[in-house]
Amino acid sequence: MAIIVVEVMLKPEILDPQGQAVASALPRLGFTFAKSVRQGKRFEIEVDGEPTEAQIAEVEKAAHTLLSNPVIENFLVRVEK
Amino acid sequence: MRIGVVTFPGSLDDRSALRAIELGGGTPVPLFHGSNDLKEVQAVILPGGFSYGDYLRCGAISRFSPIMESIILAAEHGFPVLGICNGFQILCESHLLPGALTRNADLHFICADQKVSVENTNTPWTNNYKKGQEIVIPIKNGEGSFQCSDETLKELEDEGRVVLRYVGKNPNGSRNAIAGISNKRGNVVGVMPHPEQAIEDLTGPSEDGLNFFTSILKEMVGR
Repeated sequence: MAIIVVEVMLKPEILDPQGQAVASALPRLGFTFAKSVRQGKRFEIEVDGEPTEAQIAEVEKAAHTLLSNPVIENFLVRVEK
Repeated sequence: MRIGVVTFPGSLDDRSALRAIELGGGTPVPLFHGSNDLKEVQAVILPGGFSYGDYLRCGAISRFSPIMESIILAAEHGFPVLGICNGFQILCESHLLPGALTRNADLHFICADQKVSVENTNTPWTNNYKKGQEIVIPIKNGEGSFQCSDETLKELEDEGRVVLRYVGKNPNGSRNAIAGISNKRGNVVGVMPHPEQAIEDLTGPSEDGLNFFTSILKEMVGR
């Protein structure tokens, strides 16, 4: 069994008010390390056995069609063992 | 004149839209997301609400429903479609309209009577307004910030495809204070404010929204 991970992030030029809210909450708690914060989504897709190249290509297609909105988001697909 | 309103799982304003159609003088026809049957309607409205709980992204799952297959196909051939709020989000997710609606800049869910100006009256949904007319209709959303690339923004402005624009303070960080847009052809219009909630004094802040529902009748009679 393996997990195919899809990470979706807003494109850098798209305003991320959620990330900004997190960034402004951190120093209030004494965490002063963050210059900025961007918030995204992570999907974990479980598949049987080792994922094939065809399977990964399918996941990329799904990431492009449903999991992300290419107008405002970028995505990254990788396999986690 | 038969005008359809699609009910998705989680739609809220479908009944208000049906009622607005009736008040405007049309024949309201309820449509269901799970069927691809448009029931011979001559135009369709995608109502506001929280279809599929806004899971994943607003409108992202509804966009793949059977009724949307029929609507996308028809819209590409000039069929009039109006998306209100969640309906606008669905139209963007369907790529019938450019750009996307994202979280309001201040992260608040905003529920307010909003002044907007009608900038484009050459659409089947706004031809009964005067260009530049200022109207007051409610906004009620958490993800109403219109975002798009610089290139798309320029195209929308240059081609006069901004249908509604917020007047006064920009409530949600939308680019160029855009509250509504149309596609190139003009038959597909998406607006964040709710014209169907401003059709009579008893239940709304004004009657300013009613013209959306009389415009579409005028469009059809004029054909």
